[in-house]
Amino acid sequence: MTDVLMQAPAMERPQASAAAPLAASAKIDVRNLDFFYGDARALKSIDLALEANRVTAFIGPSGCGKSTLLRVLNRMYDLYPGQRATGEVLLDGENILAPGVDVNLLRARVGMVFQKPTPFPMTIYENIAFGVRLYEKLPKAQMDARVEEALKGAALWGEVKDKLGASGLSLSGGQQQRLCIARTIAIRPEVILFDEPCSALDPISTAKIEELIDGLKARYTIAIVTHNMQQAARVSDKTAFMYLGELVEFDSTTKMFTSPAQQRTQDYITGRFG
Amino acid sequence: MNPLYAARRRRDVLVRALCVAAAALGLLWLGLILWSLFANGLAGLGLDVFTKTTPPPGATDGGLANAIVGSLAMTILGVSIGAPLGMLAGAYLAEYGRYEKLSDVVRFINDILLSAPSIIVGLFIYIAVVQTTGGFSGYAGALALAVIVIPVVVRTTEDMLLLVPNQLREAASALGLPRSLVIRRIAFRAARAGVITGVLLATARVAGETAPLLFTALSNQFWSLDMGAAMANLPVTINNFVQSPYETWRQLAWTGALLITLAVLALNIVARVLGAERKLK
Amino acid sequence: MTEIARTALTRASPAQETASRARALAAFKLGDSTFYWMTRLAALAVLGVLGGIILTLVIGAWPALQAFGADFLWTQRWAPQLQPDPVLGALGPIYGTLLTSFIAMTIAAPVGVGVAIFLTELCPESLRRPVGMAIELLAGIPSIIYGMWGFFVLAPFLTDHFQPAMIRLFDGVPVLGALFAGPPSYLSLFNASLVLAIMVLPFITAIARDVFATVPPMLKESAYGMGCTTWEVVRNVVIPYTRVGLIGGLMLGLGRALGETMAVTFIIGNSFKITGSLFAPGTTISAAIASEFAESDGVHQSALILLGLLLFVLTFFVLAAARLMLRRIERRQGG
Repeated sequence: MTDVLMQAPAMERPQASAAAPLAASAKIDVRNLDFFYGDARALKSIDLALEANRVTAFIGPSGCGKSTLLRVLNRMYDLYPGQRATGEVLLDGENILAPGVDVNLLRARVGMVFQKPTPFPMTIYENIAFGVRLYEKLPKAQMDARVEEALKGAALWGEVKDKLGASGLSLSGGQQQRLCIARTIAIRPEVILFDEPCSALDPISTAKIEELIDGLKARYTIAIVTHNMQQAARVSDKTAFMYLGELVEFDSTTKMFTSPAQQRTQDYITGRFG
Repeated sequence: MNPLYAARRRRDVLVRALCVAAAALGLLWLGLILWSLFANGLAGLGLDVFTKTTPPPGATDGGLANAIVGSLAMTILGVSIGAPLGMLAGAYLAEYGRYEKLSDVVRFINDILLSAPSIIVGLFIYIAVVQTTGGFSGYAGALALAVIVIPVVVRTTEDMLLLVPNQLREAASALGLPRSLVIRRIAFRAARAGVITGVLLATARVAGETAPLLFTALSNQFWSLDMGAAMANLPVTINNFVQSPYETWRQLAWTGALLITLAVLALNIVARVLGAERKLK
Repeated sequence: MTEIARTALTRASPAQETASRARALAAFKLGDSTFYWMTRLAALAVLGVLGGIILTLVIGAWPALQAFGADFLWTQRWAPQLQPDPVLGALGPIYGTLLTSFIAMTIAAPVGVGVAIFLTELCPESLRRPVGMAIELLAGIPSIIYGMWGFFVLAPFLTDHFQPAMIRLFDGVPVLGALFAGPPSYLSLFNASLVLAIMVLPFITAIARDVFATVPPMLKESAYGMGCTTWEVVRNVVIPYTRVGLIGGLMLGLGRALGETMAVTFIIGNSFKITGSLFAPGTTISAAIASEFAESDGVHQSALILLGLLLFVLTFFVLAAARLMLRRIERRQGG
């Protein structure tokens, strides 16, 4: 522990800003981001870029700030008092932390899927139509098509097409999670954030979600927080390792899992701590 | 047997016996009340009760029709004023203002109002409404009941909304839902059964309230649907009839009491069944 | 994958999409802030009700306050018809309120806690729910029903059987003889206290049971595991653990007894004279208001409102203390 703390100041800036500067395809660009819960600094000068149509995974021990970082990207922290972020987060070049940004509009562009499935207490159909109706007035036939499209996109259509009127709560855990993904893609976001989406699911459901994420990246920019390193290795193109609120290392997933530059990344990935 | 243990055993048996006796005694008393209520109330229960108005002094027949209608009107109006207000305030405490100092104060005051003497509410409405509008009225009675409904609904609404997991709110916000829609369409929907339970319990509470009506709605011997004037209602009618020398009146008091009790019990039971359903889910 | 490829064609450009979403959201803006202010005003209305109660009572009580001042508190005489100036004092109703609540609580508190112990520790599992539910339902029965039953059933019984026996028993005994002095009366402080006790009993039981339920089962189990008897577990684990909440619950019951109107009005006799005997008629603040208010005017009415203000202040402090104590135990359960 003391070792880690003493090394910290000497640590190099993460490689994202140096070695892989803003690629033209950066969808989200985080610059010098700090985050506070009251007085506690939970994120320390984070710099990294999420590339379009790629899956970026965030790994690290509990409390390292990976979920916090994710919740900055759609400003979910706004719901709670005493939480604030400083620095810049550029979505297509526009700072989403700037005052005057409409968070609801932002969240329609940056969707989120949570740890536990969170179907709304309504029918399967309504779970999806509900969010769409917020932004678009569609005639019945088009809405039906949209619901179908979303459910197909989430690989759930086959399982629920005959019971769209059933309660969303009647589905199994894995189905509920895919319903939540369908709900998110129905409003056509540009980025999807996954916050440990499989932590409450069995291995088979997990495999389905992972397959889905792999398919979704053709259309969306994806960020996923996971405590499961195999999962990060399987689904992501780039991986960020975070520790104590700092971004320790950020690189292509292959490199991170085969020859990480930092000793601590190595230790974490090989299970020596965390 | 070890003498120390024997003494402990004896004391334990004694206390257990006392507790069982207390429970038996409590239930016995309460059983007696219900028994006399049914025995005396049922005797006078007939069609007349629902079709005829309260009798003048000395008359030998009559019913409670005007009092029943008056009670219904005032209870419904009182709940329809108090319940929405209570739900809105409860929503503020649980949602927008959850972490605010103001909410702590409101919560505390609300808890005190919840058990404040109901006759005080009668005095409040008498001075604020009856005196300023110049007369007793059904509206004043309904307002007094509304004042009693508000704290009950505030409390249950807040409690029920707090049971809704935050993740559901976050999930709704993540779709870009404005806060008010997250509350109205998601949080309230998830808490629906519990909120309805609260409103039913509040209705049960005011259905038999007497003290706040004594000098707000007063009473009225005649058939009247005019809420702008003094209005008959079951509790005050019972209050006036109990101590009267007329047998007809005393009988109607028993019957009225039975009706109120049945209504209150029914509301309570429906509320509890609804509440239990929510828990099972 | 083909599905996704197909649907991808139907997408509008992100910029277009954002613009149309912004328009849709703008339509919600007004409703959003309207709803926020409605809830906030409703929450403030709760404070407004308290303010309104205090304000109206003070305004209504002002003439009496000016006429009698602090003497109101220790004057026993209640003579609203006296000419030229009525004499009105609150001592009788204050005495009656405190005395009936005290007697009612001395009876109801141990019995209510006993029933709660029965329900949480002794009752067979199959009876627990029905008995608990019965108690809760009885706590919901309107107080006028209790008052009526007291008037028609309990008072005659007590007056014909219980009171004469007590009067005979304590005749000539110092202090107690005066407390239980005759003649027996339908309308008496004692009868009213008993009805009050029966009315608050289910209420106290329900709260005590809820408070006892906050004891972690592990704590109780470890005491039982040491070989403690039920009584020892209750005495050494349950009651110490819940003491603050239990006292809070009892004070909530006390607040209810102090302010109760309809359970006592019929059988207390509405007499402002203090005799010292429990079997004599008396009155409470709320009974005095209920019996006299509708036919009162002028300074008489103002004095009744002043009584109401006194009652409100008294119950406010009792209830505030009760809530603070209950809040402590709730918080412990939460954290």
